[in-house]
Amino acid sequence: MPLYHDEDQAMLADSAAQFMSEEGAIAKQLRHWRDTGCKDGFGHDLWKQFAEMGFTGILVGEDDGGMGMGNVEAGIVLEQIGRNLTPSPFLTSSVMAATALNNGSAELRGRYVPGLLSGDSVFAVAIDEGAKHRPEQIATKAEKSGNGFKLSGQKDFVIHGASADMIVVAARTSGADNDADGITLFAVPKDATGLDQEAVKLVDSSVATHMKLDGVELDGDAVIGEVDGGREVLNKVLNAGRIGAAAEGCGVAGGAMDMTVDYLKQRKQFGKLIGEFQALQHRAAHLYSEVEIARAVTIKAGQLLDGGSEQADLMVSVAKAKVAKAAGLAVKEGVQMHGGIGMTDEYDIGLYMKRDRALQEFLGDAYYHAERVAQLSGY
Amino acid sequence: MADLDTFREETRAWLEANCPAEMRQPVRDEEDVYWGGRKATFKNDAQKAWFDACVEKGYTVPAWPKEYGGAGLSAAEAKILRQEMAAINARPPLSSFGIWMLGPALLQFGTEGQKQRFLNEIARGEIRWCQGYSEPGSGSDLVSMQTFGEDKGDHWQVSGQKIWTSYADQADWIFCLVRTDKANKYQGITFMLFDMESEGVTTKPILLISGNSPFCETFFDEVSVPKSYGDDCPGQVGEVNRGWDVAKYLLGHEREMISGAGGGGLTSAIGAAMQRHAHKDGGQLDPILRADLAMFDVDALAYAAMGEKFLDEMKAGKGHPAQPNMMKYVGTELNKRRHELMMSAGGSRSLEWESEETSGGKPSRNWLRTKANSIEGGTSEVMLNVVSKRILDLPGA
Ligand SMILES: Cc1cc2nc3c(=O)[nH]c(=O)nc-3n(C[C@H](O)[C@H](O)[C@H](O)COP(=O)(O)OP(=O)(O)OC[C@H]3O[C@@H](n4cnc5c(N)ncnc54)[C@H](O)[C@@H]3O)c2cc1C
Ligand SMILES: Cc1cc2nc3c(=O)[nH]c(=O)nc-3n(C[C@H](O)[C@H](O)[C@H](O)COP(=O)(O)OP(=O)(O)OC[C@H]3O[C@@H](n4cnc5c(N)ncnc54)[C@H](O)[C@@H]3O)c2cc1C
Repeated sequence: MPLYHDEDQAMLADSAAQFMSEEGAIAKQLRHWRDTGCKDGFGHDLWKQFAEMGFTGILVGEDDGGMGMGNVEAGIVLEQIGRNLTPSPFLTSSVMAATALNNGSAELRGRYVPGLLSGDSVFAVAIDEGAKHRPEQIATKAEKSGNGFKLSGQKDFVIHGASADMIVVAARTSGADNDADGITLFAVPKDATGLDQEAVKLVDSSVATHMKLDGVELDGDAVIGEVDGGREVLNKVLNAGRIGAAAEGCGVAGGAMDMTVDYLKQRKQFGKLIGEFQALQHRAAHLYSEVEIARAVTIKAGQLLDGGSEQADLMVSVAKAKVAKAAGLAVKEGVQMHGGIGMTDEYDIGLYMKRDRALQEFLGDAYYHAERVAQLSGY
Repeated sequence: MADLDTFREETRAWLEANCPAEMRQPVRDEEDVYWGGRKATFKNDAQKAWFDACVEKGYTVPAWPKEYGGAGLSAAEAKILRQEMAAINARPPLSSFGIWMLGPALLQFGTEGQKQRFLNEIARGEIRWCQGYSEPGSGSDLVSMQTFGEDKGDHWQVSGQKIWTSYADQADWIFCLVRTDKANKYQGITFMLFDMESEGVTTKPILLISGNSPFCETFFDEVSVPKSYGDDCPGQVGEVNRGWDVAKYLLGHEREMISGAGGGGLTSAIGAAMQRHAHKDGGQLDPILRADLAMFDVDALAYAAMGEKFLDEMKAGKGHPAQPNMMKYVGTELNKRRHELMMSAGGSRSLEWESEETSGGKPSRNWLRTKANSIEGGTSEVMLNVVSKRILDLPGA
């Protein structure tokens, strides 16, 4: 498979680009919801429009009424989301939760997929139990209780947790906190008794929750996949989420870079366009290189993941780390090269910086993934 | 798709049958590379057998048309061959400036007669070429070059000096930028081809910081360069005074080659190998070095994906024409970083300059050699200039 978009993918990219730049534009969505103090941090009307475009079911199998596409295609949508800083529950619902549900029973899919396809439902995924991404450590317990389970513990930084109709929760059904085995995934409905969420607004205006599970009772049919066999599904969810976040990061990087390069061609100082100064030209050209490479490895990792390659784990981590570095560079150079106005709220470049910071942390930053690259490479 | 699967199977079987075990090891030094030419000798029988098999099959230049010594492979087939060769670590059967630089320029600008003669000679490894571009006063600012060719009717009389001419003392022929119109800067250069054994050509090797001397000062003292080498085979490529177009086109290929976009050692991760070395010495990688290696591996593996994308796009005519400049910048900076890390991981052992254990100081000599990567074929700074002007369209001279 060549490492560029085929015709269908190019068409998808065009329609996603047009949709996000019109409907998902910064002024219309991000700023609007931020400045009106929205509790969700995104608009449900837009989420319905996502559904009309077919985006919400992009990873859902055709038998279940979805588009049956892959992570490369989801990444195409996410890159446009990133470019326009469009706030939406796409990554947690249509990428991560959908990947989990794809590995769940027909009964579960029947319960949750229609709401996703129609844009009526929002899903979240609760994995981390602290400020850093540590999916290797899961202490939240799920004990047998009647014909079901009782969940107790705490989850942190559950993105869209408070807006979600269902939350995929990773809990421990056996073993010690650090064991790879003994994990089970549960589909937890928002109104489950014993579920308590405290919302926190983040720097990028998205909303996450600290979640307490205090003896949350669930039926056996809330289990996604196998009891004690959740690690395998969890890894799929993580891979999909990470490559998705990488794709979105490519969009953030590209958007910030384009804005900055445009600015270099407009702003005059010392009687010249600042883009004439070689000190800035070289940095812009270096930035371009990094962003191009980040995009290349994101497509590559997406293809490997969709093709079921055994190299996918490694390359997804390479992509997540590389994008974090490239996008981080793009927003930092972006603010700097804008000078004073780069520091103003009125200018969008700062919004890119904020979103990038949140995306870097989401599902593991560059340090986490570089460590994983070392381990997967055998050192 | 089915055709490509068949091709992959056939290729795998052919490589299995024809690539000797000794040729399936990473290239360690110059001697492992076969450059061809009149003065060439094979290091061993395996090198010769592998070379002969590839010439026969057209695999020294797989994507060139069959009539010029290639195998006429499509882009997709050539990619499969590259992947299958990489999978078994197969060495390139033949390396040469003819393959990387002159060949592509001839395919684009050459006459039929030139292609028939010169491309076949290159494909069969008969003639080794060198590149006469740089002069003492003209490096990055190449177009200011002064070597002059006076029109003498059926030939030019060429006088002047080139410098940094890689392997000039080993090469058979030179492709050379010669000024033929002093009044016209860009449209006053002719891209000439001539034999290094011509009277008036002398070379003087220059010793590099690595202690090797692969390049030379090259002097031309009234060298007679024929305007024609026979039917449909002129002595210059492209039109007279229009050599700059050829020179720039060729530089694109040179940059692509130096960038390592095609894969091989230039794009591989190194952390695991450095860890094994450390273990062999009874030690451990320093934690901060290990962290740097991990960050390097992220960049190297990401760059490998970029190399693949770059080639795919180029073959499909999609990439930006100035993209080789970006690739060269990143690839060479990465390679310098790789060797810095390898030196650190190797510790004092890497400092040995002559020992048998280091095969005569390979780690340090290779490390020093990589410093030229971001200079030869256009410096990193010049690459960044080109990217900012031609790709980002930034203003100014
Ligand atoms: C928080 C804050 C507080 C401030 N407080 C004050 C204050 O109290 N009083 C006051 O008077 N000012 C104040 N300033 C303004 C500050 O001094 C200017 O923002 C600063 O001098 C840069 O000018 P500029 O914003 O116009 O950017 P520009 O000059 O337009 O620069 C844009 C970009 O181009 C680069 N650039 C410009 N010229 C060159 C060149 N020749 N070569 C290479 N690169 C170049 C810059 O480095 C920058 O990256 C403040 C700014 C901020 C952000
Ligand atoms: C190992 C090796 C092999 C080579 N082989 C060949 C060969 O076979 N044939 C051949 O013709 N040449 C060859 N070269 C020459 C090579 O192409 C030149 O060295 C190169 O183009 C740089 O020219 P220079 O050495 O004159 O450096 P200069 O052009 O003098 O550059 C000096 C420094 O100034 C910087 N600089 C120059 N202009 C600018 C600018 N506009 N903006 C910012 N910075 C700038 C450069 O980046 C560099 O850092 C080889 C060089 C090496 C090292």
